[in-house]
Amino acid sequence: MSPASVNDNEVDIVIGAFRSDLTSFMEEWRPIFSRFHLIVVKDPDVKEVKIPEGFDVRVYTESDIVKVVGSSKASLFSGYSSRYFGYLVSNKKYIISIDDDCSPAKTKDGDLVDIVAYHLNNLKTPATPFFFNTLYDPYQKGSDFVRGYPFSLRSGVPCALSCGLWLNLADYDAPTQALKPDMRNTRYVDAVLTVPLKSMMPMSGVNIAFDRELVGPAMLPALKLVKEGKVRWETMEDVWCGLVVKTVCDHLKLGVKSGIPYVWRNEKGSAIDSLKKEWEGVKLMEDAVPFFETLRLSRSSVTAEDCVVEIAAAVKERLGSTHAVFVSAAEAMVEWVKLWKAVRSLDH
Amino acid sequence: MNTLLLNSINFQRLSYLSIISHSLLIFTMSVPATAVTPPLADDLDIVIPTIRNLDFLEQWRPFFQPYHLIIVQDGDPTKTIRVPDGFDYELYNRNDINRILGPRSSCISFKDSACRCFGFLVSKKKYIFTIDDDCFVAKDPLGQEINALAQHIHNLLTPATPYFFNTLYDPFREGADFVRGYPFSLREGVTTAISHGLWLNIPDYDAPTQLVKPLERNSRYVDAVLTIPKGTLFPMCGMNLGFHRELIGPAMYFGLMGDGQPIGRYDDMWAGWCAKVICDHLGLGVKTGLPYIWHSKASNPFVNLKKEYKGIYWQEEIIPFFQSVVLPKDCTTPQKCYVELSKLVKEKLGPVDPYFVKLAGEMVTWIDAWNELNPSADVAPVKKTDAVAPKKK
Repeated sequence: MSPASVNDNEVDIVIGAFRSDLTSFMEEWRPIFSRFHLIVVKDPDVKEVKIPEGFDVRVYTESDIVKVVGSSKASLFSGYSSRYFGYLVSNKKYIISIDDDCSPAKTKDGDLVDIVAYHLNNLKTPATPFFFNTLYDPYQKGSDFVRGYPFSLRSGVPCALSCGLWLNLADYDAPTQALKPDMRNTRYVDAVLTVPLKSMMPMSGVNIAFDRELVGPAMLPALKLVKEGKVRWETMEDVWCGLVVKTVCDHLKLGVKSGIPYVWRNEKGSAIDSLKKEWEGVKLMEDAVPFFETLRLSRSSVTAEDCVVEIAAAVKERLGSTHAVFVSAAEAMVEWVKLWKAVRSLDH
Repeated sequence: MNTLLLNSINFQRLSYLSIISHSLLIFTMSVPATAVTPPLADDLDIVIPTIRNLDFLEQWRPFFQPYHLIIVQDGDPTKTIRVPDGFDYELYNRNDINRILGPRSSCISFKDSACRCFGFLVSKKKYIFTIDDDCFVAKDPLGQEINALAQHIHNLLTPATPYFFNTLYDPFREGADFVRGYPFSLREGVTTAISHGLWLNIPDYDAPTQLVKPLERNSRYVDAVLTIPKGTLFPMCGMNLGFHRELIGPAMYFGLMGDGQPIGRYDDMWAGWCAKVICDHLGLGVKTGLPYIWHSKASNPFVNLKKEYKGIYWQEEIIPFFQSVVLPKDCTTPQKCYVELSKLVKEKLGPVDPYFVKLAGEMVTWIDAWNELNPSADVAPVKKTDAVAPKKK
């Protein structure tokens, strides 16, 4: 990979903290993260967060959140959704966000995988959603467009979202992991590719990066499961967010890439316990996916904010009767856009 | 018992069944390390177009010898192409093609590897694997020789997932699965109709790219197979390709290329666009990725440019055409889909160049030939004439 040049000032690294002692996490990521500004948003159930020296980091607590959004809206940013507050208050172009139970992966030579460099390389090179390139991302070194790829499509579109992957504990749902408790992802697939136009995908919040200027308003906290917990098996907020942001990207002709970089995801929680407690999420997808796959936005929605508002209205109208959680999601989406606009207007 | 727990167990059972069933599928379909009966030995033909020689088969012998070969000899029919000993094969030259198809032989290209589709036509097997004669056995990152045919078979015998993108690629591969958020109702997948393999060493670039990057080699081994989503077109390369002949064979017509034609090196592209549209319509899947072969010969980019250049312009019209194709609901077989497509080609692409009117006509000729040589089970079988008199060993 020949990485695009990384400007320290254009990146914020946002972490939602589920544990109070982030020392070992931060030490592991120090070689990669220490150059950059970090935003840590503390889950309200966590006591004071402990962070080692030598980082340029701003920690946001519940009271900070209330100060910015008001107490009635603070619940939008609890649990796995706490990181979205970091997205809200960031003023950087690129955001990289990972779960606090991830370590850097290693290449076969033993070097740490620099997820910042890889994510930024994905975001700074065009995406190619209109036609599939069989050699994957043609902008990677050593690759190109193959024979038969239309020339008019070779300039691509801006890439707004980069979805990374995970070695060791892959982001499977609880039933899958419970049935195959020893299954670990050991396969390093050395590719990144654009997710084609109109193809929906499950975005995993474990390891993502995005261009905040292009799609910030669509990276939103909305779908909160009734029994949402502190492990990924007990949440769907990121999957919902991914469906929204892919719809927005398809409409605005922006790209979404998936593939490298990998993080190493550590063991946490019990799939069986999660399965007993929360399986509602997997059922919701049966309704959500057909909805998003047939959703078409109107031509008048020309910004990410417009798109989100239009999607929220459609969610309320077409999914609202299916399950109350969709009504709440739609309302949260509208609230989020208002907050986004309000916080942006404070900057100017 | 607690209702929630009972529900979760029922749900678990449902997902358990789907997980177990696809685990079993992987378990029964994986190719064993030691030689057992090769999978699909009686159900698969290997189709090889050649104009030079078949020396490359020597390297493939351990993997190909159990299978029947169909050699399509292009170019001068008086030349003798020697098939290495020990292979079970049929060989057809241009005289055979003319004799078997009669006036319909106009649909088979001459002096172009597009002639390979004649092999698809005369095969009687359920599956086809086709490979070029400059493609050799590649090695994986651990230095193991790759049995490309076995991987294609695995791809074809496991389902595809075109309706939702799985971020961990083919969930039916060992060591992979559907990720969190993947709807359970979509986890059975659909039948895979096409398995598109890739190439290490000389990549399949077009002429302009070859001219700009003559030294670029593909050295990246991407350990993935993935389904190309519904509604997405791709450039299908015929160098290393497997497909389900019964389900999609009629759509695998490689068009009019080569001698006397204004275009070349778009044969497989054309077949791929037609086939993908039809697969999407019929609910079939297309996979791409593994296996890799080692592509040894870089063709002359100046020669290629001459062949391709019309295609480079035409493809700007062709792609929007295919992206907008909607086939009627009553097109329930690949033949019906293909005939319908030929009408649309004539109507929409005819204005681009008269070549497309001719091509549309030959698409119909191809289907006529297909139907004659492959009568369906509920029609009285066509009496086998002396037309089929292949040269055997």
